[in-house]
Amino acid sequence: MIDKRPAWVSALMYVIVSLALVAVISPFVWMVLGSLKTDGELRRVPPTWWPETATLDNYTQLFARLNFAQYFTNSLIVAVAVTIGNLLFCAMLGYALAMLNFRFKNAILTLVLGTLMIPGVVTFIPLYVLIVNLGMADTLPALIVPFLVAPFGVFLMRQFIQGLPPDLLDAGRVDGAGELTIFARIILPLLGPPMATLGILTFLGSWNNFLWPLVVAQNESTYTLPVALALYTTGQNQANYGLMLAGACVVVAPLLIVFLVFQRRFVAGIATTGIK
Amino acid sequence: MTNPAAALATAKNAGPRVARDRARPGETRAAWILATPFLLLFLLFTVWPVVQSLFMSFTDTRRRDLRTPFAVDFTGFENYARALADPTFRKAAWNTAYFVVVGVPLTLAVALAAAVVLDRGITKLRSFYRLGFYTPVITSIVAVAVVWRFLLQPESGLVNTVLGWFGITGPNWLGDPNWSMPALIMMAVWRNFGTGMIIFLAGLQGVPYMLHEAGAIDGASAWQRFWHISFPMLRPTLLFVSVTTVIGYLQVFEEPFVMTQGGPLDSTLTLSYYTYRQFSFGNFGLAAAVSYMIFLVIAVVTILQFRALRENN
Repeated sequence: MIDKRPAWVSALMYVIVSLALVAVISPFVWMVLGSLKTDGELRRVPPTWWPETATLDNYTQLFARLNFAQYFTNSLIVAVAVTIGNLLFCAMLGYALAMLNFRFKNAILTLVLGTLMIPGVVTFIPLYVLIVNLGMADTLPALIVPFLVAPFGVFLMRQFIQGLPPDLLDAGRVDGAGELTIFARIILPLLGPPMATLGILTFLGSWNNFLWPLVVAQNESTYTLPVALALYTTGQNQANYGLMLAGACVVVAPLLIVFLVFQRRFVAGIATTGIK
Repeated sequence: MTNPAAALATAKNAGPRVARDRARPGETRAAWILATPFLLLFLLFTVWPVVQSLFMSFTDTRRRDLRTPFAVDFTGFENYARALADPTFRKAAWNTAYFVVVGVPLTLAVALAAAVVLDRGITKLRSFYRLGFYTPVITSIVAVAVVWRFLLQPESGLVNTVLGWFGITGPNWLGDPNWSMPALIMMAVWRNFGTGMIIFLAGLQGVPYMLHEAGAIDGASAWQRFWHISFPMLRPTLLFVSVTTVIGYLQVFEEPFVMTQGGPLDSTLTLSYYTYRQFSFGNFGLAAAVSYMIFLVIAVVTILQFRALRENN
């Protein structure tokens, strides 16, 4: 290091950063501890930190009385389907745009990348009209189909495939493999890194998606977790406090698990999307 | 999230990487087989709604027209005029501007501070701290909004309890029209600074160590080296993060929906929330017009970034 800092300054740094970390993480800790408390304890002034009598009552009620198992399954089906669709279709188009020659290629590229920033709030109304007229309202496919493809995935895949050595393709061609075989046998197996990044980001995005499911899932049987949680915590159907916090835990827990398991890939993915 | 300007820039020189004289046999067919599934879904569920939304914004479409979306009357700019004349819309526009103008700089400042401290001050356990600070980003806004509603309660909430330790009587955050927006901003900073932090940290670690050494030999202090060496090299990154944050914050919806339902006294009603409400009232045309105004602002921000990046290159 250029700057020789006295030991106490370094130590102080660690103390400050650790305190900041505690502040950032404490809402989650409080959420988990709160989900184990009774409604009465949650309303007490001043608030308690550790639950006086920890109970799993809130969770039992969530799944037995409020159908959270169904919402959880819905969220999972939607997120997995959306992720698979994006991985496959974006890899296919990304490869065509990166490696193959065909008419309208540049037009397609411009169209797809030009819509990278279109916000959901612009499309949800006509999309709702479309889904209703297709007879898909209140079904799980209505939550899946519109999100099966996204420009971001094409951008990511194309970028990565362009960086692959062209010799790979030539080797395949010399062996007489068809273009589709080359894609399936040579390219796809190499797409691990961008697939991991895209897969994680798409899964999280779908799991957390709120506006569209809120609009289109009018029937309780198609609620996803965030919609159910939002509707049980606002308006007339307000659940009690403990249930709300247990619900929040159920929404967040799978995200935390995915994040902790794949964190390296994750951080690398975020960092590279920002730096060109 | 990605960099639209950079994406468009690469789109411009999209020609084949390896020059070839003619297409190989089967190449065109293969390309279309690979492209068609994406394009069909994309045209139907993204391009079409964008076009129809614009059409709708110039008509008097209401919920009763749901089954016959084209048998509606063309009303020109009436929806836009109606929205602009509606005091509630103006309030929503003002609130959204407040959220963006205060929230974005705060988020960037916290992100940059965290990145600098992790880059310079922390050598052991750096990835552990980075992971911890990033955790709020991955969580569902709806879930954390539920949790923050408790944290911000005037008497039994954790935030005011902590303030109380320092002798400060915290406000009734979500119940007071003057404090509701600051409360939402506070939560947004907490949830979002992690993204910027990771990108800035990667940028800072990309600054060649030699430059710092050279600066130090010339007698520059750590502070001067940050401003004159690290910061200029971070500029494109900073621009990218600020634009994506602005775009995200312009669409703020879940936080007020869960925490305040736009209240008290519409003090947290945002443009997205206003759009959603008009949609719920069945005013599809009006809602589409408002959504296009949001879109327009986002497009302008994106184009400005494109310009700025091009000048940098």
